[in-house]
Amino acid sequence: METLEPILAEHPFLKGMTPAQLQLLVGCASNVRFDPGQYIFREGEEANQFYIVRQGKVALEIVTPQRGSIIIDTLSNDEVLGWSWLLPPYHWHFNARALELTRAIALDGKCLRNKCESDHDLGYELLKRFVHLIEQRLQATRLQLLDLYGS
Amino acid sequence: MAETLSHPMLPHPYVIRQVRKETPDTFTLELEPDDGHHHPAFAPGQFNMLYLFGVGEIPISISGDPTRPLPLVHTTRAVGVVTNAMRALKRGQALGVRGPFGTHWPVEKAEGQDVLIVAGGIGLAPLRPAMYAILAQREKFGKVVLLYGARTPSDILFRRQLEQWRAQFDLEVYVSVDRATGAWRGNVGVVTKLIPKAPFDPRNTVAFVCGPEVMMRFTVAELEKRGVLSRQIFVSMERNMKCGIGWCGHCQFGPAFVCKDGPVFPYTEVKELMTRWEI
Ligand SMILES: Cc1cc2nc3c(=O)[nH]c(=O)nc-3n(C[C@H](O)[C@H](O)[C@H](O)COP(=O)(O)OP(=O)(O)OC[C@H]3O[C@@H](n4cnc5c(N)ncnc54)[C@H](O)[C@@H]3O)c2cc1C
Ligand code: FES
Repeated sequence: METLEPILAEHPFLKGMTPAQLQLLVGCASNVRFDPGQYIFREGEEANQFYIVRQGKVALEIVTPQRGSIIIDTLSNDEVLGWSWLLPPYHWHFNARALELTRAIALDGKCLRNKCESDHDLGYELLKRFVHLIEQRLQATRLQLLDLYGS
Repeated sequence: MAETLSHPMLPHPYVIRQVRKETPDTFTLELEPDDGHHHPAFAPGQFNMLYLFGVGEIPISISGDPTRPLPLVHTTRAVGVVTNAMRALKRGQALGVRGPFGTHWPVEKAEGQDVLIVAGGIGLAPLRPAMYAILAQREKFGKVVLLYGARTPSDILFRRQLEQWRAQFDLEVYVSVDRATGAWRGNVGVVTKLIPKAPFDPRNTVAFVCGPEVMMRFTVAELEKRGVLSRQIFVSMERNMKCGIGWCGHCQFGPAFVCKDGPVFPYTEVKELMTRWEI
């Protein structure tokens, strides 16, 4: 059976992790696919995974009573979806919906949290990567708030 | 002969042949000379001073095809007194035109290299002539990539043309909007998010960037992060103008006058000024 290790090892998000750390991640990883329109997760549900998008496009959306669903971000190939699995109370803040056929690797958050608790080097490596990701998203959100294209 | 005697401060009357609504606040005017005046050629990125009789005169870039200078095409976003009055104009009405003025997108400098065009909002209008010029001699360039950011799907300028360009095999077009409703299938997020994955060779790319100043600043930062050399990046600056020809000092930007030293500048020349608020 094809192992997910080479795919994880080559992914920019996990670049530089040791073979032993990658092995630990593989133990929590599985291949998933979502059809166009299918929800990957919904706001308020328990956040027990994060996803490495291999191919496809995912919309992050908020549903408002007045304006219906508003897409606030899209993620595509090689991007990482979801960090709520890291932070109590482990609930999603948005909906994630596949816009196209999307293939991804799901990493089980509970499984990872346990491994990070017992192996702090792994935890630190993962946290560094997520902090970088969160910083990028924060920057992008600030630019969106600036209304870049001028009013 | 009449042409050489014509005074650069004297507008020529042009008549509106067509008015096109592009987005809720943006419109395109197609103009032709009304006085037998020989209509001059223009280079991509240049602008005209458009004079609305009794209201005022403003700089607007030419958004048409430089290989077909007539009709003269201008795309304008209604933001204030003159642009709103201009929006109310109808076919057959007249405008005064002076120009073309200013520097151009150095399309020739990009020959043999990849070209990356990054536009935000109305910034696509001054860049469209560069796209036309590149496509007219497509074989001279490597990859040609257009990244465009708009506020919402209904603010996307030249939408049909973008769709046609996207369908071409020798062109990469990516559009992103800041927010969308559930029906939108495209990218959401600021235009800078498209830069890390866009298919160009950063060490061998000339980039043209146009949009509001803050958008250009963040775009340039992202381009540099990707490895594009500062001296290969060109931006288009906007300042209030009066004469348009370097006489009045109204458009001063540090040591430069935007009307004659710009609007298109090498980024290295404006780098310091772009991050200083008081300029
Ligand atoms: C070289 C050059 C090329 C230009 N090309 C184009 C073009 O192709 N298409 C186009 O639509 N505009 C273009 N502009 C901008 C255009 O000249 C201004 O929008 C116009 O002068 C505004 O005039 P107004 O009388 O309608 O607005 P004003 O009454 O002078 O201003 C009304 C309000 O609008 C704001 N405002 C003024 N200018 C802008 C602006 N550029 N963006 C956002 N808000 C503004 C003012 O701060 C004010 O709050 C260009 C400017 C320059 C310098
Ligand atoms: S507008 Fe007069 S010097 Fe530039």
